[in-house]
Amino acid sequence: MAAPATLLNSSVGKKIVMAVTGVVLSLFVLGHMAGNLQAFLPNGPAALDHYGAFLRELLHGTGIWFVRAGLLLAVGLHIWAYLGLTLKSWAARPTGYRVNDFEEATFASRSMRWTGPLLGIFIVYHIFHMTTGTLHPHFVEGRVYQNLVTGLAPVPVALFYILAMGCLAFHLWHGAWSMLQTLGLSHPKYLVARKAFAIVFTVLVTGGFVLVPLAVLAGMLK
Amino acid sequence: MRLTLTVWRQKDAKSEGKFVTYDAPDISPDMSFLEMLDVVNQRLIEKAEDPIAFDHDCREGICGMCGIVVNGNPHGPRRGTTSCQLHMRSFKDGDAITLEPWRATPFPVLKDLIVDRSSFDRIIMAGGFITVPTGNAPDGNAILVPKDCAERSMDAAACIGCGACAAACPNGSAMLFVAAKISHLALLPQGQPERYDRVLSMVAQMDEEGFGTCTNHGECSRACPKEIRQEFIAQLNRDFLWGSVFSRPKVAGGSGAG
Ligand code: HEM
Ligand code: SF4
Ligand code: FES
Repeated sequence: MAAPATLLNSSVGKKIVMAVTGVVLSLFVLGHMAGNLQAFLPNGPAALDHYGAFLRELLHGTGIWFVRAGLLLAVGLHIWAYLGLTLKSWAARPTGYRVNDFEEATFASRSMRWTGPLLGIFIVYHIFHMTTGTLHPHFVEGRVYQNLVTGLAPVPVALFYILAMGCLAFHLWHGAWSMLQTLGLSHPKYLVARKAFAIVFTVLVTGGFVLVPLAVLAGMLK
Repeated sequence: MRLTLTVWRQKDAKSEGKFVTYDAPDISPDMSFLEMLDVVNQRLIEKAEDPIAFDHDCREGICGMCGIVVNGNPHGPRRGTTSCQLHMRSFKDGDAITLEPWRATPFPVLKDLIVDRSSFDRIIMAGGFITVPTGNAPDGNAILVPKDCAERSMDAAACIGCGACAAACPNGSAMLFVAAKISHLALLPQGQPERYDRVLSMVAQMDEEGFGTCTNHGECSRACPKEIRQEFIAQLNRDFLWGSVFSRPKVAGGSGAG
């Protein structure tokens, strides 16, 4: 018989790690989205630049590093759990069926293992694009609004951001629903509320994000 | 009715298998699915061919022995129905039906449509029981059980251990089976003393057997002939979280009053 399971060495435990880190990342994207929307304020350019400066100067400049460390840990653990769980599932079904008939699984639930890595690639690109400016041809340190508008002006870049937000939408739609089950917080009485929560959260976050590249493409932000 | 069956044929655990197509004329819609296979097999035997091996025992939906993936659906297209309780009226004349065994590493194919499900037995051995003193049967009403808990525990206890959940799961995960066994006991007072040890041991054994990991697709409950619900997986997760975070090191010895 196997030794009793623990949080970090079992499938259910890793899945809980995935859910907890998923919640951390979800709260982060919610906050990040709200921050971005300041670009639409009447004094958008100044508001966004001040917001950027505020984040960089939080706790005498240490705040942002605490947040970055926390996010890095969350992403790291999320990917660590992803690798362990995915490899285990693949090993459990080396021979598939000739006929498949999925009725409950959704496109969102079945694409989690692909939308996740795509988001990972996007995150790396996004940091080199908007944070360090390495991949941004017109980057000016501290000019957040201007970097955003010039960065998203090339159509392929804007489209890539929009595509990434599409991945995020599917990931969050299943993730927000799934995470409540993983943490044991789901209950038949709140099934409808849980479905509604996943949809509202997803639409809010990805809708808010995607407005920015769309507005840049439409020439509304310049 | 006349059907075309495409069946997974595999001589034994070590051989490579392949799909073979059979013409099945003169099938009555009143036959059960297994009776239809009996008829097909009788004809194969008369032609001196090897009959299609499939598992079955009670043929009344209670033992959990039968189990065939029919057109991608474990136990066939009807919800809440075992393969043995499925009837040919669920199909149309001229249908093409593909029959496959459960597919999961911990369910190795023994022959044709028969798989070895001892992995489930080992998961039960790891903790799917309660320890009771021997002696006279206790008074039935000595321990109070809330009605709602008794009902839900019975719903979970309806699991017949057929394995359709793991066969249906795109990840090959046995979470629904384990969740049913955990919940059945976790909801009753008699299950409390070993409640958290049980979940940790059964999950460890489930992992060791090589089952996949749950991503909450929900295909398992759809395939389950006993319609075991997703809420039991939430119960397992809740108990696992509690048990793994708050478990204490075991005290050695523990010889009780002796
Ligand atoms: C913005 C970044 C991300 C957010 C907000 C996020 C959010 C979430 C949430 C809330 C869950 C639900 C946990 C659960 O099912 O219990 C989840 C699951 C998952 N995530 Fe992410 N995630 C992100 C990035 C990633 C990355 C970079 C990867 C892979 C490299 C990834 C792969 C997965 C996988 C495979 C699952 C499990 C899917 C399932 O169980 O159905 N995610 N994520
Ligand atoms: S949970 Fe349902 S499908 Fe799974 S073993 Fe039990 S009865 Fe079969
Ligand atoms: S043969 Fe017993 S459940 Fe089908």
